[in-house]
Amino acid sequence: MQLSADNLACNRGGRDVFRGLSFSLPGGEALLVTGRNGAGKSSLLRVIAGLVRPSAGQLTLDGGDQEAAIGEQAHYLGHQDALKPSLSVAENLQFWAEFLGSGGDVEPALETVDLARLASLPAAYLSAGQRRRLSLARLVAVKRPLWLLDEPTSALDAASQARLTELMRDHLASGGMIVAAAHGAIGLEHARELKLGPA
Amino acid sequence: MSALLALILRDVRLAVRVGGGALMGALFFLIVVVMVPFAIGPDLKLLARIGPAILWLGALLASLLALDRLFATDYEDGSLDLLMTSGMPLELAVAAKAIAHWLTTCLPLVIVTPLLGLMLNIELNAMGVLVLTLAAGTPALTFIGLIGAALSVALRRGGLLLAVLVLPLTVPVLIFGVAAANAAIVGPAPFGPPFTILCALSLASLVLGPIAAAAALRHGLE
Repeated sequence: MQLSADNLACNRGGRDVFRGLSFSLPGGEALLVTGRNGAGKSSLLRVIAGLVRPSAGQLTLDGGDQEAAIGEQAHYLGHQDALKPSLSVAENLQFWAEFLGSGGDVEPALETVDLARLASLPAAYLSAGQRRRLSLARLVAVKRPLWLLDEPTSALDAASQARLTELMRDHLASGGMIVAAAHGAIGLEHARELKLGPA
Repeated sequence: MSALLALILRDVRLAVRVGGGALMGALFFLIVVVMVPFAIGPDLKLLARIGPAILWLGALLASLLALDRLFATDYEDGSLDLLMTSGMPLELAVAAKAIAHWLTTCLPLVIVTPLLGLMLNIELNAMGVLVLTLAAGTPALTFIGLIGAALSVALRRGGLLLAVLVLPLTVPVLIFGVAAANAAIVGPAPFGPPFTILCALSLASLVLGPIAAAAALRHGLE
């Protein structure tokens, strides 16, 4: 499996966010997208997820499901957590597991992010870090080969960051791909780096 | 299919939980219709004559109430992005949300109609027909409103824009809904033609509404 971008460009509000971007990412590897604020890190992730159309260039996912769009084979973890405050922790995850995948038991995924104890608590009472962990549980509950993570470590404490690193390693070891936008290190030693914007 | 069901179920659940908008529409409907006899006075003949029109107008305004937030909450908390990256066509996803909205806003309204009909001096045997016209016509209101809800998220303007966009489009539904109800209650025109047109309006908006709403969301969110 390989994700490749060829001469990708993105234009938002009449301004070129980035232009002539090419990279390729084979299965089992991670790509760390860095750059200053406004360099287009989030835009790149949204382009890959299919939420924003590139103004030029092409994106291909070789070895994936040819019928499905890249976005349908990717998990997009944006700045917002996509949680409903009036639903419980388990209900929130259960919904996304059913909607994005085929449902099933969400208990193991909640265990992974250490939220199993709070399963019946309404999401409104979660802290920012716990909300982040709950949205990370989505990536565990539904298997998709490509993870698009926008600042995945924001709001996470040291222990949770270590757990996230572990999750990412497992995902890479099983042949998955990660594209992460971050300012600092995210704990993956062998990640390729893509620097956006003027150096 | 299970994904569709999951989405309908989630939206219904959100609507009936704390902070949800279910029954809000029915309550508003109740208040509007109850005020009318006070404003008009105890003229039973007049009330019976304008009763169907009042009920339909109340239903129209009540169904608009919660539409405003239909996509706005999903947009604000990032759920809309995920709805777009699922394998399900966006058209189906927005249709599922509209179905949930109809179940939580319009269905309670249809159910309380007989009670309100009593206050407007509508005969008991005509009540069934009136309920039938509302049940057949309110899906059209929801699915036309869906387009407005999607546009107001896409254009980042809520509230009034929705009413301004949606209300003119619902005029045919109002005309044929009231015509069908009046035909059954006061006659002498036959009930069949306006009622079948009302059903046709509902079916057409059932198909066109989700397509237009999905197109609006796709363009607006880029």
